Amino acid sequence: MEELHLPPIDYAAIAPLLLVFGAGCVGVLVEAFVPRAWRYRVQVPLLLAGLVAALIALISVADKRVSTAGGALAIDGPALFLQGGLVALGIVSVLLIAERRVERGGAFVAQASVVAGTDSDRRQSSQPGATEVYPLTAFALGGMMLFCAANDLVTMFVALEVFSLPLYLLCALARRRRLLSQEASVKYFLLGAFSSAFFLYGVALLYGFAGTMSFTGLREAAAEAGSEDTLLFLGIAMLSVGLLFKAAMVPFHVWTPDVYQGAPTPVTGMMAACTKLAAFGGILRVFTVGFADINLDWEPILIAVAIATMLVGAVMAVTQTDIKRLLAYSSIANAGYVFTGVLALSEEGVAGTMFYLVAYGFTVLAAFAVVTLVRDADGEATHLSRWAGLGRRSPLFAGLFTVLMLAFAGIPLTSGFTSKFAVFSAALGADQVTLVIVGLISSAVLAFPYLRVVVLMYLSEPAEDTPTVSLPGVFTSLALVIGLVATIGLGVVPGPVLELAEQASSFIG
Amino acid sequence: MDGYLGGYASLGLLLIAAALLFVVAFGANRLLSPRNPSGAKTTTYECGIDPVPGDWAQAQIRYYVFAYLYVLFAVESVFLFPWAMVFDRPGFGVVTLVEMGVFIAVLALGLLYAWRKGVLRWT
Amino acid sequence: MSVNLAQETVSYAPAEGALSSFWLLIALPLVSAALLLLLGRRADRWGHFLGCLSVGVAFVLGLVYFFTLRGLEESSAELTLFSFMPVSELQVDVNLLYDPLSSVFVLLITGVGFLIHVYSIGYMAHDPGRRRFFAYLNLFVAAMLLLVLGGNYVMTFIGWEGVGLASYLLIAFWYDRPAAATAGKKAFLMNRVGDVGFLLAIFLMFATLGSVDFEDVFNGVPTLSEGTVLAIGLLLLLGACGKSGQFPLQAWLPDAMEGPTPVSALIHAATMVTAGVYLIARSHEIFSANETAQTVVVSVGAITLLIGCIIGCAKDDIKRVLAYSTVSQIGYMFLAVGLGGAAYALGIMHLLTHGFFKAGLFLGAGSVMHGMNDQTNIRRFGGLFRYMPITAVTFGLGYLAIIGIPPLAGYFSKDPIIAAAFARHGWTGWLFGGIALLGAGLTAFYMTRLFVLTFLGPKRWTEDITHPHESPATMTVPMILLAIGSVASGFLLSLGLVDYLTPSLGPETEVEHGPLSHLTVTLLTVGVSVIGAALAYLLFRRGTALEEQPARSPLVRAARANLYADTFNETVFELPGRLLTRALVYFDNRGIDGLVNGLAAGIGGGSSRLRRLQTGFVRSYALTILSGALVVTAALMAVTFGS
Repeated sequence: MEELHLPPIDYAAIAPLLLVFGAGCVGVLVEAFVPRAWRYRVQVPLLLAGLVAALIALISVADKRVSTAGGALAIDGPALFLQGGLVALGIVSVLLIAERRVERGGAFVAQASVVAGTDSDRRQSSQPGATEVYPLTAFALGGMMLFCAANDLVTMFVALEVFSLPLYLLCALARRRRLLSQEASVKYFLLGAFSSAFFLYGVALLYGFAGTMSFTGLREAAAEAGSEDTLLFLGIAMLSVGLLFKAAMVPFHVWTPDVYQGAPTPVTGMMAACTKLAAFGGILRVFTVGFADINLDWEPILIAVAIATMLVGAVMAVTQTDIKRLLAYSSIANAGYVFTGVLALSEEGVAGTMFYLVAYGFTVLAAFAVVTLVRDADGEATHLSRWAGLGRRSPLFAGLFTVLMLAFAGIPLTSGFTSKFAVFSAALGADQVTLVIVGLISSAVLAFPYLRVVVLMYLSEPAEDTPTVSLPGVFTSLALVIGLVATIGLGVVPGPVLELAEQASSFIG
Repeated sequence: MDGYLGGYASLGLLLIAAALLFVVAFGANRLLSPRNPSGAKTTTYECGIDPVPGDWAQAQIRYYVFAYLYVLFAVESVFLFPWAMVFDRPGFGVVTLVEMGVFIAVLALGLLYAWRKGVLRWT
Repeated sequence: MSVNLAQETVSYAPAEGALSSFWLLIALPLVSAALLLLLGRRADRWGHFLGCLSVGVAFVLGLVYFFTLRGLEESSAELTLFSFMPVSELQVDVNLLYDPLSSVFVLLITGVGFLIHVYSIGYMAHDPGRRRFFAYLNLFVAAMLLLVLGGNYVMTFIGWEGVGLASYLLIAFWYDRPAAATAGKKAFLMNRVGDVGFLLAIFLMFATLGSVDFEDVFNGVPTLSEGTVLAIGLLLLLGACGKSGQFPLQAWLPDAMEGPTPVSALIHAATMVTAGVYLIARSHEIFSANETAQTVVVSVGAITLLIGCIIGCAKDDIKRVLAYSTVSQIGYMFLAVGLGGAAYALGIMHLLTHGFFKAGLFLGAGSVMHGMNDQTNIRRFGGLFRYMPITAVTFGLGYLAIIGIPPLAGYFSKDPIIAAAFARHGWTGWLFGGIALLGAGLTAFYMTRLFVLTFLGPKRWTEDITHPHESPATMTVPMILLAIGSVASGFLLSLGLVDYLTPSLGPETEVEHGPLSHLTVTLLTVGVSVIGAALAYLLFRRGTALEEQPARSPLVRAARANLYADTFNETVFELPGRLLTRALVYFDNRGIDGLVNGLAAGIGGGSSRLRRLQTGFVRSYALTILSGALVVTAALMAVTFGS
């Protein structure tokens, strides 16, 4: 019998992961044993503390480049950078999730299983929302961090499910527009399961091909294989479908607008920032580590996907009338830009992609934070026509939103410009001229819906019933400030972060 | 009968034979049996009790929750078997024990939560 | 500037003496604008005087420089103030150029501008935003002067953008009226389309010649390939079309009439909209070097002048009729500068005379509105001659001038253009000459309709008006002065303008006679005009229906709908950026809901078709994903096994 060895585990390297998961587990205990009235006051500091601790742990291991847990995890530059980005964006998301002043009791419902519109539903509308969202958030973030560090296919799949399942739940917990929220959740769940099946099938095929799950093993096997190995190319195709679904790339993007619209806005923000980051973390690793040396011409297909994503996202954004759907399509188009960086298949591209993800995450979180504030009697007023004339009602928030929109549109001195510049220049460096041209055209198209919102806010008459902008509580204010500072800071002095991304841009294995 | 697919030939033959058997049996039944339907004969047979109206009856959610919890633990216990085979070998020892403890603790955490939330109570 | 035919080089003399201070022309109104904006309410009481004064002084300075320049041998003065963009290869200085072409524009801008400033004191007397209005007007004058005085394309472009900004601010001056705000946006956005063309032209010049100075560019034209010259020319033309409201970017100009009437007179009749003509005339070395570019300019001019005339016949709003007439008259100017050679000067001459009579007409229209409770529908005027004699006479002189009745200004400037169009070789001469002639007849028709319905015939006023009054002196005096200009400027300019402009526009070549002699063309033109005018008089002397009657013929329907310009543009422009802008224009045309919903229509079938895929059903989403997966797999298979 073959000798078994206990794989050594570098606990320091995975401490950030353990801290986040630990915070989740303690959160479950809090749910189980702490009296209801106290839970909110315990959960929020607990989760924030866990995330801050994880961030500190990450900084302290920033120089580590190891493969640990029997090669299941690779704690290398990209993993650490992306985990850092995830934790930072996670903190901002948690701030949004924890907000309870804008909407009495928070954006989440106390018991999602109560049938909408019944008496008990009306009764619970006065109760504070569920506090389970905090451990769920912790697990989701932990799963995403794991996803970025996963160094073999099976770990990657486990991580995928670990971060997906809590998200499905979180989507269903909106306090207002419950049916829409639950519909979004079911859609996300069904389609997520569907795509997971593709992913898993791809994993199985690749295992059948290489006889190993690890990316390094896969890479070696693929380098030797002929290009006509059915298992290999089917496996890559299926795996790609699963990953592209999570990253919301065309044509696997169909769920995005519905889910983004239906989910509670803080969760939407987290999905747009963190999930996207994690998905691209996984994609980066798969394509730059797993299939880098492969003797198979898969690039043209992915280029086509990227082009379709940029164009469809931008064109569809133009016709949207709901701000959340608009941001959803914008996030689709942005996924296309990020993918441009991935397809550069160079360290420069990796750095640009990672910078883009972090910069975009902060901006999109701040944008959704503003969305949570524009409210009327029925909750958030997300229809664009309701935003008309907002600039007169609340110049401060309209101004803030304008800055964010300009950042999305890629105006210089905002992070949107530097990040687009980073990915496009990387793509140019890799001779992906077509991608860059399409990217620029698409950004031009996309600038239109963004500026339309701005025009709408400033140049339209406020109607009688134009929603007011609620005064944000401490948490949302903090999130807004962080988002704005990051948006402008990364636009004016992108140097340090860009440098960090460049230093962290090489994978191990 | 050789080549890549040759090995599957017997399986294919078996499948064809099975299908034939099925067709022949049911066809013979259809040809030979007398048919004399009445209202009572066409109702669904349910252990001799008259079927309750409506086939979209709601099932108690707890069946699902219990089944789910059971499957969860049944599947997780699969991991215990290989562990039980190796944990006392040299080089494994306490670390292994603690790790499995953590694993079970995490599972227990879920059970604990389910218990506190009242999921385990039937009524 | 002196043109030496043997060596084909262009060089400008440095500014000396009195001319070394001609930057003051720009600085004066700019400082005034800044003061008015910065001092805020404190300047409310005397702000309008400062505004007038700065432009008045600029006009006097303009005269001084004009005569100084006449005395110079080089007849040009270049002034480099400081380095603006010293970026390795790209060296752009802030340099200004004063030559005959600039000098006549300076006089037009400051002269007409001053009169309109004075007029505005009366016109805006009751408007709380009068100081802001004068600040914007000053800003406009400064930017326009920078445009015509710029010594390189970048300077011109800065002025170009500046006038666009001022125009936007002034059209949307009453920004609390949605129509005005929308019109402002529309103007701004459509101008952007043209601006992109201009900007690309500048990029192209820099890419091929390494410089954007007029001197270097003009001297470098012969070294360029034909395609490059054509590209630069067409891009410049695109810019010119945007600013001058030429086909296919004409739709914003009539909407711009939402602004205060003095703005319509100054910016959207006399000065800014002629910037396109200036740009082409200034770049004549580029256009003359490529016949295709010239043909395109001529065609644009011809098409626009027809469009303007036809729509002008169908409109009932006094200012819109004048706006379409402006579109059409600028069409004549484009036609002229497109013909090239001596016709450049003819275009400039028409521009100047048009500046007088059109500004006068607009001020007259403003005066009528002033006396009629801001009514603009000419169906509700009639018989005003008795109540507003000064307005009627000055307006009448402008009207006679525009339809080209000798010896008024329009006759001297428009007639030679038509003759020059006929002189173009081959069948194109007949075509363009015929269009120009037809345009003259239509112009006479709709302007007569306008005049007769407004000042003659029975009263058709709305009930709230009992006693219309003549406007105050601050308004009538500028109108009288402009009327004098409408009468006399044509003859005066015809004496020496062409020769005077020779250093800027190249040596005069004798206008060849086409198939028709000059006299024949003159007789034809005057005859057609008289027929058009007589027809309109006979039709409308007894007034007209109070409301718009349902149109019987498709032509009338089309004309009332601005010849389906928006629809047309949408189908013609396939470049996504333009398509998008078009969507934006559509979008601006409607209210907020239309703004939001109308976009789908704008982006076209593609988007809505895509949208249909987003059904909301999980099953169809799953199908999409599945098909996507299949496509990805199939494509991978294709590249794997296909190669």
